[in-house]
Amino acid sequence: MSTTPEPVLQATGVSKFFPGAIALDDVSLSLYPGEVHALLGENGAGKSTLIKCLTGAYKRDAGTILLDGKEIDPRDPQGSLALGIGTVYQEVNLLSNMTVAENLFLGWQPMRHGMINNREMVKRSKEVLSGFGLDIDPSQLLSSYSIAIQQVVAIARAVELAGKVLILDEPTASLDREEIDLLFSVVRKLTERGLAVVFITHFLDQVFEISDRATILRNGRIVGTRELANATQTEIVTMMLGRQLEEAKKERGKAVIGETILELKNYGRRGTIEPFDMILHKGEVIGLAGLLGSGRSETAGVIFGSTPADQGTATLNGEAIKIDSPRSSIHLGFGLCPEDRKTDGIVGDLSVRENIILSLQARRGWTRPISRAKAEKIAEDYVKKLDIRLASLDMPIRLLSGGNQQKALLARWLATEPDILILDEPTRGIDVGAHAEIIELIQTLREQGMALIVASSELEELITYSSRIVVLRDRRQVKELQGDEISIGAIVRSIAEEGGAQL
Amino acid sequence: MMGGTLRRIAPQLIILGVVILLNFIVFPGFFSIEFQNGRLFGNIIDVLNRGAPVALLATGMTLVIATKGIDLSVGAVMAIAGAVAASVVTAGGGWFLALLAALAAGLACGSWNGILVAVFRVQPIVATLVLMVAGRGIGQLITEGKIMTFNDPGLIHLGAGTILGLPTPVYIWVIMGGLITYVVRRTALGMLIESIGINETSSRLAGINSRVLLVAVYLVTGFCAALAGVVVAADIKGADANNAGLWMELDAILAVVIGGNSLLGGRFSIIASLLGALIIQSVNSVILLSGMPPEFNLVIKALLIIVILFIQSPAVQHAIYLFRASTPPHAPNENGAKNNQTAKESLS
Repeated sequence: MSTTPEPVLQATGVSKFFPGAIALDDVSLSLYPGEVHALLGENGAGKSTLIKCLTGAYKRDAGTILLDGKEIDPRDPQGSLALGIGTVYQEVNLLSNMTVAENLFLGWQPMRHGMINNREMVKRSKEVLSGFGLDIDPSQLLSSYSIAIQQVVAIARAVELAGKVLILDEPTASLDREEIDLLFSVVRKLTERGLAVVFITHFLDQVFEISDRATILRNGRIVGTRELANATQTEIVTMMLGRQLEEAKKERGKAVIGETILELKNYGRRGTIEPFDMILHKGEVIGLAGLLGSGRSETAGVIFGSTPADQGTATLNGEAIKIDSPRSSIHLGFGLCPEDRKTDGIVGDLSVRENIILSLQARRGWTRPISRAKAEKIAEDYVKKLDIRLASLDMPIRLLSGGNQQKALLARWLATEPDILILDEPTRGIDVGAHAEIIELIQTLREQGMALIVASSELEELITYSSRIVVLRDRRQVKELQGDEISIGAIVRSIAEEGGAQL
Repeated sequence: MMGGTLRRIAPQLIILGVVILLNFIVFPGFFSIEFQNGRLFGNIIDVLNRGAPVALLATGMTLVIATKGIDLSVGAVMAIAGAVAASVVTAGGGWFLALLAALAAGLACGSWNGILVAVFRVQPIVATLVLMVAGRGIGQLITEGKIMTFNDPGLIHLGAGTILGLPTPVYIWVIMGGLITYVVRRTALGMLIESIGINETSSRLAGINSRVLLVAVYLVTGFCAALAGVVVAADIKGADANNAGLWMELDAILAVVIGGNSLLGGRFSIIASLLGALIIQSVNSVILLSGMPPEFNLVIKALLIIVILFIQSPAVQHAIYLFRASTPPHAPNENGAKNNQTAKESLS
């Protein structure tokens, strides 16, 4: 596949400087017709900067880009599209309130007597889409189709307009397995037609599944390009991280389980989660497993009080407690890192420092402000402890990468020195390095005697640190696994039992 | 810390400087101050004095806007407060009791707004629109539809008196603005208010009591509006529920916006809003002093404000930022090297 001698696109020595930082340093990349080329790297490695330089969204500061051997200098994404480079982003950049056909042909609609020839447009849309193995009605609104189909429509549009190079920026992030299969079959059809596809993702499995070669970036530099047929995942991850991923996480730490801290009886909330019993000990991690919508996050919310329970009793250290809001549970020593970092976690425009002390400050009350010096010290401590990478504590937290935002949120809760910490999808959408660090942190916290409840869809991860795993289905606890019972197979079986069709 | 504040309010200071310069150009005697009968007279003093109502309103409005809210009722609250003060003082209650009653009325109005917004989750613009419309009616009920005049020297002093030569309203807005700034910045209130303005869900999940804070900011706005209402009524020695504070909520919002505070909530600066209020008053002064026919007033004011907002617009700010950052640390050399290289290549 990649043996074709003439690259369709060749970038040489591309550099991009931002005030005070080098985002790309002498990066070169060759794309051959018919190959899927994965672009890998941690958040902030320079993947999107490289793409933006290729498409002209950024003006590069150095380097040349050859397309079919001719030097090009696109000024903006429209320019590069006209030259043959199309880009599809994770969030579909189409108009969901227009029809599929209108979206496909927006800007170059077939005309007849000065009017849009709708019939012709729908007919040609059908042809184009069937070329992608998609048999849908193009006269329907785009929003009536799933995200995956919208992605394919976006790809179809990009390919129709561009036709040489297709860049897919995290296209699978919000797709389920079936939809990914659909997308990949489309990608394979495109490479058969001789297109070069650039594939950016965080999912290594998918990289190996679809890509021929991978280029790994780190800190704005090329680490290397590998033929994936003779590379291993470990090798690629090592290139991305610059170090061997610690194997420590493989063995499940023998938890030293302490006394009971929290006991929930018949605890639940109508319409949110069926009543359940739960006993949480110091120094243990309870894992919450289940499919999306099975009640993982709902369980977390009911315990933390963001959606307070309306039935059952709770006992903390032997004393009856009532949790009716996050405020009340925070005062009792609870903390919750929510699933959706952006909408429920960070306060984007506040500085990293303020974000870290926010819960501590809220608990102290407004009349007892944390002094600037003390806030600085707390924030610095956690930045060091959790290895949060930032330019300054004063920068707004929204400018940090996903992994660093997550660590800052963990710091917010750790600063309150909680007895019970609930983590909802703590490793979603963050880079591999931060991922491993957060898993390690969970284990450290447990060893220090904290009680944790972790909801995660990453079962492999969940079984490394959980001493017990609660399996949920249809907003109900269906199984509790502990000790040697815990295995991915056992969890999957519990999820699948009875209404197994969902898997 | 001081440097940060100065950088934050620099655009407002520059604009104020330019507008004052315009005043000086149309009326060279603008800076002259005379001392007569134990009182300072001059255009500068006038700007500071006449700017008092908007400055007071802007102080509270800044906090409400920081929470992503807005308070359209402040003009109407001024009318209510003036009417309450006038009716208490004409009933023989004395100026201090009148002031207290007016402030209590302001707090009542604020709590009404706050509860609608924080507890019943009515959108702020709708919630406060209710009182904006109803408030003038309430004011007229209190004054029985008439302009209720009074002669109590104590109350009149609040609007027309002087202390050490300076008009009393100047003291009132400076102290009020300073006090509230001090309280929000010396406690954690400021940060917590900004936090709920930026992301209320996150803030609530972090343990912040957003309801109480929301009610509190509307209380402060009501209080400030009541104070402004008393000043305006005392100045004309009467409560005119029809006209007191009419459209002044818009000037207050404008002052906050000119102060560079985002209507989308979040980071705020009361000092910048106060400068915004002074800028508006100075613009009024330019129009007045230039002797232009009054029909032009509103148009010219609008034009000046468009220019001010244009200068502060993100696009222009970004252009200024790019202009400043156009020389990145490493770029020139490397760029130069590359250019040389390509030049050589093309030669060979």
